[in-house]
Amino acid sequence: MAKITFITHDGKAHVVEIAVGWSLMEGAVKNGVLGIDADCGGACACATCHVYIDPAWTASLPPKADTEEAMLDFALVTSPNSRLSCQIRVTSDMDGLIVRLPVSQH
Amino acid sequence: MSERLIIVGAGQAAAQAVQSLRAEGFDGPITLIGDEAWPPYQRPPLSKAYLLGSFARERLFLKSDQFYRESDCTLILGARVAAIHRAEKTVELADGRKLAFDKLLLTTGTRVRRLRCPGADLAGVHYLRDIADVDGLQAVFRPGARIAIVGGGYIGLEVAAVAAKRGLDVTVFEAMDRLMARAVSGPVSDFFAAEHEKSGVKLKLRTGVEAIEGDGRVEGIKAGGQAYPADIVLVGIGVLPKDELATRAGLASQDGIVVDGNGRTGDPAIFAAGDCTRHIGREGTAIRLECVQNAIDQARHCALAIAGKPASYSEVPWFWSDQYDLKLQIAGLARAGDQIVLRGDPAARKFSVFHLRGGIVAAVEAVNAAPDYLAGRKWIADGARIAAEKLADPSIPIKQMA
Ligand SMILES: Cc1cc2nc3c(=O)[nH]c(=O)nc-3n(C[C@H](O)[C@H](O)[C@H](O)COP(=O)(O)OP(=O)(O)OC[C@H]3O[C@@H](n4cnc5c(N)ncnc54)[C@H](O)[C@@H]3O)c2cc1C
Ligand code: FES
Repeated sequence: MAKITFITHDGKAHVVEIAVGWSLMEGAVKNGVLGIDADCGGACACATCHVYIDPAWTASLPPKADTEEAMLDFALVTSPNSRLSCQIRVTSDMDGLIVRLPVSQH
Repeated sequence: MSERLIIVGAGQAAAQAVQSLRAEGFDGPITLIGDEAWPPYQRPPLSKAYLLGSFARERLFLKSDQFYRESDCTLILGARVAAIHRAEKTVELADGRKLAFDKLLLTTGTRVRRLRCPGADLAGVHYLRDIADVDGLQAVFRPGARIAIVGGGYIGLEVAAVAAKRGLDVTVFEAMDRLMARAVSGPVSDFFAAEHEKSGVKLKLRTGVEAIEGDGRVEGIKAGGQAYPADIVLVGIGVLPKDELATRAGLASQDGIVVDGNGRTGDPAIFAAGDCTRHIGREGTAIRLECVQNAIDQARHCALAIAGKPASYSEVPWFWSDQYDLKLQIAGLARAGDQIVLRGDPAARKFSVFHLRGGIVAAVEAVNAAPDYLAGRKWIADGARIAAEKLADPSIPIKQMA
């Protein structure tokens, strides 16, 4: 388990415990965190699970695959700390990670 | 005054409705009644990763238990609603309990269409709709077993792909002259047919099933006048809306509970969403969709209306299917007579088919080409006009086309 904090665009923080091996997207969606649509169910094929990783954490996460990079091209208002949350599998090292959510996925 | 809401049917649309109702500020008590043993779960993995065994059961559930607690949503599971009493505004459960509502949301989904030929009741004939069905199928999924799949639609073909991967001997029987004929265009059908054959799946097109044969349990299948030995039969020949609660309560159904753009039935207190409904689609004709997109979007629109913020539903339908390492993604509804434009090369196992209607993008089918699908979906929503020559030219990046 890792405790992850999701901060929605209006500044509300949701702390969610996510099982190791699950994706950040699954943890957020199952716990009703608003702001992630995840239309494709985590297949890296929709770009509606876009999040911003807290700058303190970006370097310690596994890097993006080419497919994630290609999909991020379709997300709205991206920045260098943009990621697709379905592509990040939770590890125990991620305990304390802070993730911010965009205003909209579409 | 806060209103009491009852949701009948604990599936994809129901889970979305609970989330959207709370997000939109609905503050009355919510009771969710489902006849399966489980809280709402995703069905798509049932014929894909879950059947293959590469997706744990806990991951099927759409929401955590904590979500329902925090949403102040009472779950009544393993309970079937037997009747709606509109005059007294109650629902009656099969065990005789009655529950009162101010607003009612029906998300009852579909049931599988049953095979009606001799031998259809033999042991060894399977269907695939819920978790219990997969558990039953997995128990007999042994390498070398001969599986006859009746129906070359999405479900049949997804099961065929998993079965082939697991080392079963697979034959698909399809009455039409091509695979997924109701849902995809010719080039996509042909591509998937070739892929299945490459994996050793035998395809019998234009071959209607006449009987299942066996003494007490399946031993073979008779189709197109010929006998084929089989140990397992999997039937995937479509679904029918569960609309009988609504029709018995006097609500209109035309192969789907009739709802307006806010998900409302003929009774202003009763809404319906998902596979069980029929609505006027964005192209102006009445349609019944069977997909996650429609379940989610209709549930959201019902929630908006129930929370007093009605907005009319006109989202672009989308769908996907996974077979082997191929991801098929579809947006929009194709129609006979559309101009078909191929982008990319099917031989490279990465291509898309665009459908233009009067020059405007009406639908896209993409195979391992998510960017084409995403661009297409947006163009359909915007009613964009894209030249066929440009679409067909893979040297022009999809993002630079509009
Ligand atoms: C194997 C399979 C694979 C699929 N793959 C895809 C896919 O890849 N992509 C896609 O978009 N869609 C797919 N679908 C379709 C998708 O799952 C459905 O469109 C979606 O589940 C519809 O949601 P719903 O809420 O309308 O109905 P459901 O999720 O079916 O939920 C309805 C629930 O209501 C319950 N119920 C019915 N009547 C009563 C009653 N009287 N009392 C109590 N409970 C009741 C039912 O038992 C059921 O649990 C697939 C479906 C199946 C079966
Ligand atoms: S859920 Fe679709 S890309 Fe992440």
